[in-house]
Amino acid sequence: MNGNVVEVDDIVIKFAGDSGDGMQLSGTQFSETSAFDGNDLSTFPDYPSEIRAPQGTLAGVSGFQVHIGHKEIKTPGDLADVLIALNPAALKANMKWVKPGAIIIIDIDNFDNKHYKKAGYIEDPIGDGSLNGYNVVKAPITYLSKASIRDLGLDSKSAERTKNQFALGILYWLFNKDLKFGGNFLDQKFKSKPILADANKRVLKAGYDYAETIEALKTTYLINPIKERKGRFRSITGNIALAWGLIAAAERAGLELFIGSYPITPASEILQELSKRKHLGVKAFQAEDEIAGINAAIGASFAGSFAVTTTSGPGLALKSEAIGLAVITELPIVIVDVQRGGPATGLPTKPEQGDLLQALYGRNGESPCVVLAASSPANCFHFAYMAGKIALEHMVPVILLSDGYLANGSELWELPGIQDMPKIKPPLVKDNDSEYKPYKRNKKTHVRYWALPGQEGLRHRIGGLEKEDITGIVSNGPLNHERMVKIREEKVQYVANDISELEVIGEESGELLVVGWGGTYGALVSAVKGLQEEGKSISLAQFNYIKPLPKNTEKVFSKFRKILICEMNLGQFAIYLRSQLPQFQFLQYNKIQGLPFMISELKEKVIQILEG
Amino acid sequence: MADEKNTKIETRPVVTKNDYKVDNEVKWCAGCGNYAILSAVQNALVESGTRKEDVVVVSGIGCSSRFPYYINTYGFHGLHGRGAVIASGIKIANPKLDVWHITGDGDCMAIGGNHFIHVIRRNVDMNILIFNNKIYGLTKGQYSPTTPKGTVTKTSPDGTIENPFKPGELTMGAQGAFFARVVDTEPKRMEQVFLEASRHRGASVVEILQNCVIFSNKIHSLITRKDVRDDNQIFLEHGKPMIFGKNKDKGIIMKDSRLKVARISKYGISENDVLIHDARDPDDTTHYMLVRMTLPDFPLATGVIRNCPGVSNYGMLLEEQMEKAKENTKIKNVIDLIKENSWIVK
Repeated sequence: MNGNVVEVDDIVIKFAGDSGDGMQLSGTQFSETSAFDGNDLSTFPDYPSEIRAPQGTLAGVSGFQVHIGHKEIKTPGDLADVLIALNPAALKANMKWVKPGAIIIIDIDNFDNKHYKKAGYIEDPIGDGSLNGYNVVKAPITYLSKASIRDLGLDSKSAERTKNQFALGILYWLFNKDLKFGGNFLDQKFKSKPILADANKRVLKAGYDYAETIEALKTTYLINPIKERKGRFRSITGNIALAWGLIAAAERAGLELFIGSYPITPASEILQELSKRKHLGVKAFQAEDEIAGINAAIGASFAGSFAVTTTSGPGLALKSEAIGLAVITELPIVIVDVQRGGPATGLPTKPEQGDLLQALYGRNGESPCVVLAASSPANCFHFAYMAGKIALEHMVPVILLSDGYLANGSELWELPGIQDMPKIKPPLVKDNDSEYKPYKRNKKTHVRYWALPGQEGLRHRIGGLEKEDITGIVSNGPLNHERMVKIREEKVQYVANDISELEVIGEESGELLVVGWGGTYGALVSAVKGLQEEGKSISLAQFNYIKPLPKNTEKVFSKFRKILICEMNLGQFAIYLRSQLPQFQFLQYNKIQGLPFMISELKEKVIQILEG
Repeated sequence: MADEKNTKIETRPVVTKNDYKVDNEVKWCAGCGNYAILSAVQNALVESGTRKEDVVVVSGIGCSSRFPYYINTYGFHGLHGRGAVIASGIKIANPKLDVWHITGDGDCMAIGGNHFIHVIRRNVDMNILIFNNKIYGLTKGQYSPTTPKGTVTKTSPDGTIENPFKPGELTMGAQGAFFARVVDTEPKRMEQVFLEASRHRGASVVEILQNCVIFSNKIHSLITRKDVRDDNQIFLEHGKPMIFGKNKDKGIIMKDSRLKVARISKYGISENDVLIHDARDPDDTTHYMLVRMTLPDFPLATGVIRNCPGVSNYGMLLEEQMEKAKENTKIKNVIDLIKENSWIVK
């Protein structure tokens, strides 16, 4: 143990530097090391939409926040206990996100007049007193990083790129972490370039030794492992969890997975991950545009694959006509929307919940889809699985909402077993079934049957024109159309029989029910639990099933005096709930800044309402 | 009971044209060229010996795109312009299927233009039949991307001011390995060309000069009219000299790197000087020139203009990669997958 060790429950660390300084990498490395140590964790990257914005400027600052703890961790944390700032711009951009008295580690080699100017500082931030009250570690990070690997003969650029490891070495010392885990991570990362693995490992150790030698801080910290938690774990981001949930659904349905998608931030990683999974029978089709992505998926669905398309808000807009085609042909398909700030190109790398009404209503005609929302990086797996199960068993398009915050954020995941993946039974038809008609339905669920091209005795034709129920003959009949419109809506509503009920976190009745949906769960549950500990009469209901709503929704709402809907838009879920449950009065708290909710601001708002 | 030996012989039921006929009414205008095309496709399917359950007909939107409703196969009537990608999804999902994509000049060259070039570039194994009547029929008479410049239509009252696309040029530009052109008045030739298209492994494009009796009637009459067709059309066949004309007295020759029409006579050129059609030439330079020939200086080229075998297609390459990936992995299912890089906390 290093120096004077203090045990703490949790700690928030923000890594900040130029995009290209390896902040995402070192953040991931530190969080994985902590996960191996048995800590709970949550991470969130904060990067600019430009790949390499001008060096040293505020626009070019890339960040990665890590929250690790000895108890359950649900968010990446509001404010940082430790800030690593590799240049003045990183310091300037992040000062408002650090706690008073925080530890700030800076690379003094980059704190010169040239860099101050680029970052927009008028005065030297070290000399002007603005860092008074903080615990500042000024280390010659660039110089010492290069010096420690001089004999390896790397070019100057590659050598300089190792400096994130030096800063990380200081952290390993400060939090009493084992360098071995960091080394393993680097070996894995630079598998094909052993010289870089070697260089980075050396610099990591140099940072550690430096901190130890100069005793950078009087106190070091220890975050003990979670005791009550046992099982098999890994850390996972929302996008990867989502991709794997889709693979699981295909496997449990006995079908091939087909994904037709077009690259778009922040959803591209799902397509990338699935492109790597040919060994599990996944066919990934990178289409020429968003429209082609979904139409190819619809074709694959017609042919008998579990078909998926993934996108973000602008792409969902482009896919809307084709979603209608899946609605009218009653083919199973999952449409994943990893939401980002809109409208138009909007804020590509920032989270927002602005696509809810688009998912529910953004199509021509009466075009009902099932709408689900994942609420943590790890449960993207479960809801991708459920999206597949519902689509395949109910012959209906399912829109699964994630967001940039879940997609790129990571957390610890206790691995599910096969028993957590209930078998999926699509309504397939046997060859030569003389009863088969394209729109013949299961009477209880309205689900039509799925006959696949190639099957004997089941040739049929479907398409975008309205069809007569049962026979599937093209029909303009007024009564038939009304009947089909209603059937399609009811079919979606019947899904409510197959989904879990709405869970209340806290007492089942009380003063205030906080309502959220999707990715805001971490912040909302942390805020609500915090207030519960303070003795407030408050509970939380977080929705994952949006259309149809869980059957007990009305009952849950009726037990509270006030209902507050918190969401990262102008109130889209509130609009929807008012239309579905007009008997209730809904209060709103909305944030549309491309930033997740902070626990502190939620608490403040809730107290205001409880007192008001 | 048949003995074991006999049961091993595959006895595929004989497929007849009737197997491809539907009970419902076919609702194209009387005299529409589509009837002849439908019949030729049915004949080609019978001739090809394909298992009838494996045939899938996919379309977009337009008069031609009603086709799937009029042929007894698995059929999918898609969205405007999107037939090519729906068809791609079907073929990639199940490579055993014989996929036919039916489209028109508006569906395929305008709203579906992007998908058209990409399906060819990817070379997904399917037959693409473009019904080119150079007009929007279903929406009642607006100009299309293949309408000749200057044509007066409902949306070009003073004549179009846009250059028309030639489907063949786009096909070659997108590295297509198969392109053919036929007219809807010649059923035998259509059948022959469709059959060749269906045997080609890759994206096979067939442009059918189709007559819309209502909105662009006789648009192709200079090519199809009995009295002029032999002089204004050259039906190309692989390995045969490019000779045409009512009296078989004209030939296509290459002079100064350009195609020229020359008269075969004692005083002119001999049959030996005439170009021999090589549809299989991997180099598409000559095919491109043939596709661009227009009246009045040239006859219009019909028949199979390009049919380059042995070009790898999307399905083949994907299948190869999938097999290799399956051989080289220890991760056989989703449980193996999620366990990677995990650890146990005791």
